Amino acid sequence: MSLSSAAVAQRPNTPPIYLDNQSSTPLDPRVLEAMLPYFTEQFGNPHSESHVYGHNAMAAIEAARGEVARLIGADPREIVFTSGATESNNLALKGAAHFARAHPVGDKVRDHLIAMTTEHKCVLESAAALEREGFAVSYLPVEPSGLVSPDRLAAAITDRTLLVSVMAAHNEIGVIQPLDEIGALCRSRGVLFHTDAAQAAGKIPLDVEAMKIDLMSISGHKIYGPKGVGALYVRRRPRVRLLPLIDGGGQERGLRSGTLPTPLCVGLGRAAELARAEMGEEVPRVQQLRDRLYAHLRRRIPDLQVNGELEHRLPGNLNFSVPGIAASALIEACQSVAMSTGSACTSASVEPSYVLRALGLPDDRANASIRLGLGRFTTATEVDFAAEAIAAAVSRLRQAGGAFGAG
Amino acid sequence: MTRRETYLDWNATAPLRPETAAAVTAALRDCGNASSVHRWGRAARQRVENAREIVAVLIGADPEGVAFVSGGTEANQLALLGSGRERIIVSAVEHSSVLQALQHAERIPVSADGIVDLGRLEELLASDPRPALVSVMLANNETGAIQPVADVADVAHRHGALFHCDAVQAAGKIPLDIAAIGADLISLSAHKLGGPPGIGALIIGGSVEIAPMIRGGGQEHGRRAGSENLPGVAGFAAAADAARHRLADYERAQTLRDSLEAAVLATAPEAIVIGAATPRLPNTSAIALPGVSAETQVIALDLDGVMVSAGAACSSGKVGPSHVLQAMGAVPEIAGSTIRVSLGWSTTEAEIEHFLEAWTAMYRRVKPHAAAARAA
Repeated sequence: MSLSSAAVAQRPNTPPIYLDNQSSTPLDPRVLEAMLPYFTEQFGNPHSESHVYGHNAMAAIEAARGEVARLIGADPREIVFTSGATESNNLALKGAAHFARAHPVGDKVRDHLIAMTTEHKCVLESAAALEREGFAVSYLPVEPSGLVSPDRLAAAITDRTLLVSVMAAHNEIGVIQPLDEIGALCRSRGVLFHTDAAQAAGKIPLDVEAMKIDLMSISGHKIYGPKGVGALYVRRRPRVRLLPLIDGGGQERGLRSGTLPTPLCVGLGRAAELARAEMGEEVPRVQQLRDRLYAHLRRRIPDLQVNGELEHRLPGNLNFSVPGIAASALIEACQSVAMSTGSACTSASVEPSYVLRALGLPDDRANASIRLGLGRFTTATEVDFAAEAIAAAVSRLRQAGGAFGAG
Repeated sequence: MTRRETYLDWNATAPLRPETAAAVTAALRDCGNASSVHRWGRAARQRVENAREIVAVLIGADPEGVAFVSGGTEANQLALLGSGRERIIVSAVEHSSVLQALQHAERIPVSADGIVDLGRLEELLASDPRPALVSVMLANNETGAIQPVADVADVAHRHGALFHCDAVQAAGKIPLDIAAIGADLISLSAHKLGGPPGIGALIIGGSVEIAPMIRGGGQEHGRRAGSENLPGVAGFAAAADAARHRLADYERAQTLRDSLEAAVLATAPEAIVIGAATPRLPNTSAIALPGVSAETQVIALDLDGVMVSAGAACSSGKVGPSHVLQAMGAVPEIAGSTIRVSLGWSTTEAEIEHFLEAWTAMYRRVKPHAAAARAA
């Protein structure tokens, strides 16, 4: 199937095809359905002990907690609800560091953390904040593939190392890290292993036991659940201790105070349940669509360059650069497809992606990088249309020459 | 026949206003990350900024100063921890999220009515020149007592201190204006005023610098990172707008609350309305029935379908005497026997009658002699 540029131009008032599922996923209608009663008739404060409205809300939250736990092979008591993955990442790093400083074991000092250079901003910013407090942080470079080298990681661990943070699947380039190897390494060295799984949870199988993960951050709105909610997995055996970021009423076993938002927790639970139930079919379906999109683009834009390695990658992610065409120009010229440059939170900035530079890519290629994120609701028709629209935009930009600020 | 249910625990959480439900549901169906540059992202950004303006109007603030956070607890913590002030001085009746924020916070005592001792605040500030932040809530969540916040602001500012005001319980129930309150920082929560849970705001006055607690993508002008909770902010705005236009509902609630208190006192003259002599929120009533534990009372009422609470709905279900009542100097007999009845914009006369039936039946069971003597 092939659409002409004219056909593309004929859709100006229809919504763009949504290929930005790494930035945020649409709420699954089944999740919405599960949430709605807890906005309206079941609105009780889950911490109200004195009446049935409170009890019903808390029962729903506990069921949701169970579903989140099941998605990653955890115990429900190991799940702490937060406002999202950003908060989870902040809590994991700062919480572990602050606890270690407040409660040293013997005379052993644990004041060193390790994170990849390609971590999400919220991990890097948390680490930087800890550096200002006197902690030491090693920023581990990644291979050109985007993967971390376990040997390099092993060499970076010292007897002062408290925690290693490695993103499970990358938000820009989608590469999946060897979590089981990293987990085994960390466990053998007595170091906590935190993974930011905002992009990976619900998309690929994760098991905190098999992968020896101690802390894992999860986001609601990246797995077809609601915005404003996330979770942090905190291992019980051997027990991982944190100091809270947000203190107060002592909810979530003292790790996160604040009234739990019942409908949001229920939504995250339902989203986790659906992701687990459908992962087996969804992974190959989305991957086939991604491969079809890639093949189509490659055919129309032969010099297209894929960023990060393609093999160990989220099924729905594609990140590429078109030589000589700035990403911002392509996005502008192809408004019928919702796509992005880097991660959403930093995409408003004009700096080339620090992630792609960390892979060793030159600035012009980093500046040209486009992220496409396919998801649960992406169809073959949409993929074909998007490929045509992108290819047509590339042709237009190339015909217009350097006027669009390429490079 | 379905069980008759009367919800009088609005200070714990309020049901969604109809306007909010519509806004939240619509926003939940929309996709897009407000930080994305494409059309969906830009539309989401527009909705977040519109919501910011509407929330700002509720309190007469500049939209630039509205930082969305996950709720009142986070707003309070961000204000106290983010201010960077060396001294934190809080009233003894603050919400646990203020009291627990810092271990070294100094306390301002309160009167028997729960009102802060301004003289003591003056002394505390005069005794130590280090930069301070004073945190005093606008209205108490357990008793409804309204603090003289403009006076607190005066005292604080005269000593170069910042003033933070937790307005979580007051917002939507009485008129609010940041200039009249005189606060540099104000905390708001959506679900207390008929918005969704999981969203709140810290209102930050013009020149105040707040260091973020949650760092990352630099959202909310660098004050609070994390992808924007679009349905949350849309619902917050819809609730704030409705609340502002429907404050008169709380005048009606006050009439109902006053009639409830009068009826309780007529049945049980030994009952005590806490803080009755001081300005209070129109919807809140803390009623002690000396000698009868609050737990006994709320369980009995719940069995009759009437939902109230034994104080704040905060934490882990530990039933202990309220720190608020203790700070007011209440003896354990009073503090342990006080229930909180809180009304809302849709509370009806029939619901108040239901409460009174259930309360009177409970009273007759637990205090048969007193009730009989009264009837005789």
